[in-house]
Amino acid sequence: MSAASWAVEKRPTLVKVGRWVGWIGIIAVGLYLPQAFPPFRVGQFNTIMAYGLAALGLALLTGFNGQISIGHGAFFGIGAYTTVIIVGDHPEFPWLATTAVGALLAFAVGIVVGLPALRIRGLYLGVVTLALALLFRQALEKYSDLTGGSQGRGVPRGQKFSAPDWTGLANDQWRYYVIFVIVVGCLVLSRNIVKSRMGRAAVAIRDNETAAEVLGVNVARTKVLMFGVSAMLAGIGGSLLVIGSPIPRVSANSFTIVLSITFLVALVVGGATSILGPIIGAAFVVLLPEVVPHEQQVLTPVILGAVLIALMLVAPDGVVGLSRRSASWAWRMLARAADTGPDTGLETGDSSKEQLQLDSRES
Amino acid sequence: MSLLQVRDISVQFGGVVALDGLSFDIGEGQVCALIGPNGAGKTTLFNVVSRIYDPSRGTLDFDGRDLLSTSPHRIAELGISRTFQNLALVPGLSVLDNVLVGAHIRVKGGFLAGALRLPHSLSSESENRRRAVELLSRLGLSDVADHPCAGLPYGTLKRIELARGLASEPRLLMLDEPASGLTHGEVDELSALIRSLPGDFGVTVLLVEHHMGMVMGISDDVVVLDFGRKIAQGEPTEVAKDPLVIEAYLGGSG
Repeated sequence: MSAASWAVEKRPTLVKVGRWVGWIGIIAVGLYLPQAFPPFRVGQFNTIMAYGLAALGLALLTGFNGQISIGHGAFFGIGAYTTVIIVGDHPEFPWLATTAVGALLAFAVGIVVGLPALRIRGLYLGVVTLALALLFRQALEKYSDLTGGSQGRGVPRGQKFSAPDWTGLANDQWRYYVIFVIVVGCLVLSRNIVKSRMGRAAVAIRDNETAAEVLGVNVARTKVLMFGVSAMLAGIGGSLLVIGSPIPRVSANSFTIVLSITFLVALVVGGATSILGPIIGAAFVVLLPEVVPHEQQVLTPVILGAVLIALMLVAPDGVVGLSRRSASWAWRMLARAADTGPDTGLETGDSSKEQLQLDSRES
Repeated sequence: MSLLQVRDISVQFGGVVALDGLSFDIGEGQVCALIGPNGAGKTTLFNVVSRIYDPSRGTLDFDGRDLLSTSPHRIAELGISRTFQNLALVPGLSVLDNVLVGAHIRVKGGFLAGALRLPHSLSSESENRRRAVELLSRLGLSDVADHPCAGLPYGTLKRIELARGLASEPRLLMLDEPASGLTHGEVDELSALIRSLPGDFGVTVLLVEHHMGMVMGISDDVVVLDFGRKIAQGEPTEVAKDPLVIEAYLGGSG
């Protein structure tokens, strides 16, 4: 028996093992990162994880449930402001408890915004959530006593989320690890939801609402709760952004419509129907300005746009979708090699390219 | 004993009368066929029973329960399930997951239970997964269980939808043109399968079908509609001889 046919036969086991190795690898790299990079980089990683949670919320909402939101910047902002305001006014309040408060607030507002989504959908829902993003900014300006308006608001000098002595970690490392644990937790919980009864119901609603209802899915309840859960993830992300920053500060200018669109870009780049994709997409949107030379920053949005268009053409399901398809293509090649013997497998380079294109059209 | 009582049901779309005072009963454990020319109102009745359309008049009684005062997503819980004329599977999910969506009311656990993998939801999940696997093998679909639905042949998709309809363990299963688009061989297989459903699954079948060979071969009772009215009801052989039915299908002599 050739190696190829052995692999084809053992495919389910190999895929399972591969998945575990992948997850363990990601966690190992994740744990190692703050040891290898200077504090300002670690700060960027924190931003990636915070943005990643907001994009993950969008993945559940848009990718798995078919509801669109151009207003997730607002939920993210709710989380961020909750942490800054509570810690600012009550320095003795534990930082992570403010994350929980922010999550609940975002959940509640998400439910309220999700209600109109029962009657309107598609582009029209997009417009309603767009209004939320604009309204949030206005509210920040109007209640500037509380929020600091466009001047912004920080926490009292000396108040930082800092490492306890027993850890022996630098502050930036400690912040990173705390955020990392929370983000991994959110990823696991989201994955569980997607694989569970409610996840299947959400996808059924996305693909055919009437059929879902006939099968006994409480469509209204599921959609509203999904909106709440999605908003909650964004709220946690916002709070973590503040916690992960060396100078915790928020201002109305950082929670504009652009932020909401950034999350959407991260979602599309990473892959809307995946759990890890949003994090990859967030890394892309946060790190792209780093790659572009400093004196040519005006190019960043241009590159962003070009990448989006290119992705729509070659990988409408994002980076994760692309890798999924490449993997299934590789398996097919392997199966073909197993059928015809290992020698001929090498000569199929050209036709295999064709096959990949065919596949992308099918899905 | 009648399981479903349709009484005086009327449905109007603007000026068009889709159903006009329709009344009939379906006996428990029967295969009942609803036939009639295109536009006679057959699918409309399915959609009324599924609570997709509200009738302007009439009542629906399902084993003593008033269906019209039940919200749409509770219909499945009462024990009514259906398939759709133009397939309504979830293309993004695997065949097995589609069947599990069909078992939505049997599986336990909401968002929180699912996220935290609470024991009661996990055990009902695996229990229903086992049943879904059984159902797929009963319908000869084991090979494709882990396939996504997208890309499978039409006849297979039809059978998957039937499996999904059975997954909620319904008392009444409504099949909307299950034989359309199938080959001869597939129709014979499907006929035998539908005929076996009352015995094997304890389910009453209401069938909309244009394939007369199939209808005549497997039905206990046939209801004939024309322009939203019932023009005949009875055993297949009786109905086939009814002059009103012949006229509706072949046109009047003028």
